[in-house]
Amino acid sequence: MATYHRPTDLTEALDLLGTSPLTVAAGCTDLYPTTQAKSLQGDILDITAIASLRGITLDGAGWRIGAATTWADIGRADLPPGFAGLQQAAREVGSVQIQNVGTIVGNLCTASPAGDGAPCLLTLDASVELRSTAATRVLALHEFLTGARQTAARPDELVTATLIPASATAGTGQFEKLGARRYLVISIAMAALRLQTGAGRITGAAIAIGACSPTATRLPELETALTGLPLPDAPRTVTRDLIARRLDPIDDIRADRDYRIDAATELVRRGLANLTVAKEAAA
Amino acid sequence: MNRPLETISLTVNGTTHTVAAAPGRRLSDVLREDLRLFGTKVGCDAGDCGACTVLLNGAAVCGCLTPVSHAEGARIETVEGLSTSDPGPLQRAFLRHGAAQCGICSPGMLMAATALLRDTPGPTRAQVETALGGVLCRCTGYAKIIDAVLDVAADRPAPAMPDVGHAVGARLERLDGAPKVLGTEIYGADHVPPGTLEVRAIRSPHHAATFSIGDTAAWSGKASAQVFTAADIPGENCYGTIPAFADQPALAESRVRQRGEAIAIVVADRATMDGLDLDGFPVTWAPEPASIDLDTEPARPLHDNRPDNLLIRGFVQTGDADAALATATHTASLEFETAYVEHACVEPEAGIAWLDGDTLCIQACTQAPVMDRDDCARVLGLPQTAVRIIPAAAGGGFGAKLDLSLQPLIGLAALKTGRPCRMVYTRAESMATTTKRHPARMRARIGCDADGRVAAMTFDGDFNTGAYASWGPTVAIRIPVHASGPFRTPNYRAKARAMHSNGPTSGAFRGFGVPQTAIVQEILYDDLAGAAGLDRLEFRRLNALRDGDRTVCGQKLRGAGIVECLDALRAPWARALAGAGAFNAAAGTVRRGVGVATCWYGCGNTGLPNPSTVRIGLTARGALVLHQGAADVGQGANTAITQIAADALGLPVAQFTLVGPDTALTPDCGKTSASRQTFVTGKAAMLAGQALRRTILSQTNMGDGAALHLDGTRLIVSEGQGRHEIGLCTLPIAENGYVLSAEQTYDPPTRGLDENGQGEPYAVYGYGAHVAELEVDTALGTTRVHRITAAHDLGRVVNPLLSEGQVEGGVAQGLGMALMEEYFAGRTENLHDYLIPTTGDMPRIDTILIEKPDPEGPMGVKGLGEHVLIPTAPAILNAIRHATGARITRLPALPHRVLAAIRASHGT
Repeated sequence: MATYHRPTDLTEALDLLGTSPLTVAAGCTDLYPTTQAKSLQGDILDITAIASLRGITLDGAGWRIGAATTWADIGRADLPPGFAGLQQAAREVGSVQIQNVGTIVGNLCTASPAGDGAPCLLTLDASVELRSTAATRVLALHEFLTGARQTAARPDELVTATLIPASATAGTGQFEKLGARRYLVISIAMAALRLQTGAGRITGAAIAIGACSPTATRLPELETALTGLPLPDAPRTVTRDLIARRLDPIDDIRADRDYRIDAATELVRRGLANLTVAKEAAA
Repeated sequence: MNRPLETISLTVNGTTHTVAAAPGRRLSDVLREDLRLFGTKVGCDAGDCGACTVLLNGAAVCGCLTPVSHAEGARIETVEGLSTSDPGPLQRAFLRHGAAQCGICSPGMLMAATALLRDTPGPTRAQVETALGGVLCRCTGYAKIIDAVLDVAADRPAPAMPDVGHAVGARLERLDGAPKVLGTEIYGADHVPPGTLEVRAIRSPHHAATFSIGDTAAWSGKASAQVFTAADIPGENCYGTIPAFADQPALAESRVRQRGEAIAIVVADRATMDGLDLDGFPVTWAPEPASIDLDTEPARPLHDNRPDNLLIRGFVQTGDADAALATATHTASLEFETAYVEHACVEPEAGIAWLDGDTLCIQACTQAPVMDRDDCARVLGLPQTAVRIIPAAAGGGFGAKLDLSLQPLIGLAALKTGRPCRMVYTRAESMATTTKRHPARMRARIGCDADGRVAAMTFDGDFNTGAYASWGPTVAIRIPVHASGPFRTPNYRAKARAMHSNGPTSGAFRGFGVPQTAIVQEILYDDLAGAAGLDRLEFRRLNALRDGDRTVCGQKLRGAGIVECLDALRAPWARALAGAGAFNAAAGTVRRGVGVATCWYGCGNTGLPNPSTVRIGLTARGALVLHQGAADVGQGANTAITQIAADALGLPVAQFTLVGPDTALTPDCGKTSASRQTFVTGKAAMLAGQALRRTILSQTNMGDGAALHLDGTRLIVSEGQGRHEIGLCTLPIAENGYVLSAEQTYDPPTRGLDENGQGEPYAVYGYGAHVAELEVDTALGTTRVHRITAAHDLGRVVNPLLSEGQVEGGVAQGLGMALMEEYFAGRTENLHDYLIPTTGDMPRIDTILIEKPDPEGPMGVKGLGEHVLIPTAPAILNAIRHATGARITRLPALPHRVLAAIRASHGT
């Protein structure tokens, strides 16, 4: 019979993980759908009873989102405007039922190309904290996500948090999701943006696209092109070519490759336009 | 190695239970199977449907995604906790608004809404949509559910039961609604007597293969399970909905023709079954090249008696279509392709079988109890009298439950083991193995004269009927009869072929092929209206069939209501066009469009008998019993048929007791399909009610105008000053245990089609038309439907609440078919890759019910169930065209296809 561990202590969890391979479970919203069986399959390490892993905290180094923090926790939290895109994503992902238990770190660990968390976190220069009994290491998110449904986590490592440097939360975030229906939908494409502005110009841009490559990806060429521009000029600066060079979409049942590039381009334009509108409204 | 399960303490609805359960088990499974709280439903086991929504410390969660360990120490609330024996305020609002049709999603909807209402007592419509966005409903189109949640505070009383003689037309709550909102309804998976064994099937992972089964005795001994294969089937291992085409084995013998086909069943107690690894079952597969669409010929014929893979052709011809097209002023032509579409009933197939003496009882979801009985008897080698079908409440139907699914398998298991045997399909199993809507490849051409009068039409369609016959013949015959739409088409030639492939078996799905053909005809009508310079609605009105006109089958129509439907849409159409025009006057990425499309649909079997028999009886104790044999899969037959019977007899609805379509208790009312039940069974109910009334009146020498009054065991008949009392308890008990009873059969008068498809295929038709208003994002290709105005001619409206529910649900299915639904065998066997509309995808729906009485239907009634789906997709496609110029030629109109069509229309 499969074993099921639900420690209350992180050290115990790491000890267990160091002893034998275990499937780490938190919200279980990605684990159960992989089976039609009545129980979780395999040997399980359930981290939801470890109190220290849940919550969003700020210290001198920056923000820390614990591994057991749910989408609903993020959606409800009082966070600076730089997190606005992440919070929009938190309120869009799946359904209320999914948001109430699903975790953002679990979303990263599943590493689906269409995961809603990664693009937003990429715009926040997020990293991932991995702990084992031997060591703690921190990987930039783009280093952690190594491919479609692949991560750099070793079997004995537990992802304990995603970390966001305080410097990366400046400006305002925005999230644009495109799917074939309103709720409970896997994205065809999505764009996350975070813009810093001053004196009507873009002083810094972070833009990432999801569901258009094996892992979500930032668009450094576009970010450079946008920096320094007056805000209203931003959408028309977004060209398909600036977007396409970093993407490698697939043809699948939801859309074809060319469409995804077109859609990503349009979503970035809309994100910029929506941020501009918000900025003008606030002014 | 087994170790004792951990003991977990669960507090559910305030009561603490101790259960022994593995900590990783799904909470939904523990609630249902261990605590026997069957109100929580399981639709997908993947968080995609929300049917299992329960509250955990007040938060809505999917029970199927919650390890029971997470629920320990938490406050768990289920539908059973919402009220005691009587419905609470939210449940009453559901009943008042007709928010529960089949009821399978109701517990999940109620719990999700409860969580919302506690946090937000006066929510907006948008807040309700978001809160319920994680629960799928396939019946209602969501509008009435949202209305109910918004109306909970009003807590108005249920409308009074209608008076004698006023049942038909009353906005009556469904008579069988309370158990659906209380969570006490018994669906196929919900009856589990002690000693029940579970049944699972071993299924083909290949679309085509031969196989040999290994040492099952060794495997089953090791697994503590029993295994049965085709060799164990005592009867003829072949079934089919149409006996002449029967071709489907209950368990494949050596060859599988489609993915998911069963080759064996495994039977064991629940604990053993949950621990079994069915992947270890001893079978060796030899996959064969498969063809799942019509692009390539299958490597070998699917069936030896159909060497060219042709199941059947349908054909209708009148006049000389080619000659008329050659001389037509305007012609338009189109090729169009539609996808496999899945019924996506929220309830996966489920049922239980047991032996009662020598009788095999099968309680399962079904739309066709007597057909199930006959086919199970044939497969299991039993006389029909030894098989009893007790329909379970069905969690959705739409045609999916017109075929056998698990009935012969659980029947076999019960016969072999002597124990009750239950089978509950997984979502993947349900999607892989049940029938689909036929994918269609259609070519059509229509011509009209300079005034816009349609002169001719040709239609040629290939329909992928999949591996087995199922209802393919019905679809192929119905298509050419209907492809003209409800329009005068003096010269006409329509051909349809149902072709086999290794794809999923295509069968019955709301509309039987007509939703596909209507798309082609309606797109071409827009082309021709444009060419002739006519308003699109007026073009249709000009050509609409009127009383006395002949259909393409040569049938002279009576009670044709399409003109009335179009007239009712004139004002909404003008308003919509003006609104879209004003919006589009400003430049922008978003363009608005308006489309109109129509339907007609013949009710009942095509030129073949399809009788219903209804019995009404009074017992010596004063019970008024209606044997209502029409399977109610949510559409409301239990309510509508009772309303008709009540008015025919002259006693109030409230006094009726219903006995359902149990084959041991109730005469055959045929299958719930083809929009026939309110018409055919309704007419039988009317005749039975009238016959019982005549019997009563003749015993009292009262005239036709006499009033009946049932008071306990006294039946009082009065007219003017006259009064006569029948003491029911003094009468001798006669047939079927009744002291007074009547039984009447009605079979619609039809005339079979000749070699040119000429005849009188249906006794009654229904008509409708929809106006769709939408906007298209021309940069993303996304479509948002804002509003559907639906006009339907029902002949006589039996129950407006139920009728609106049918319209709204049909619109939802039509919208899904138009914009998002596409089934790929082996790739979309779940409800996150196969998308159906959610609360957030539905437009406002305005329903206009029209009553142009049919001379044949009971009290003028026409059918409605299929009609409501047919015009939606073409109205949407025509509105997309109006908005953008994009001509879609393949469904679904996913964003990438719409964007490509927009670009093609601009020549870029």
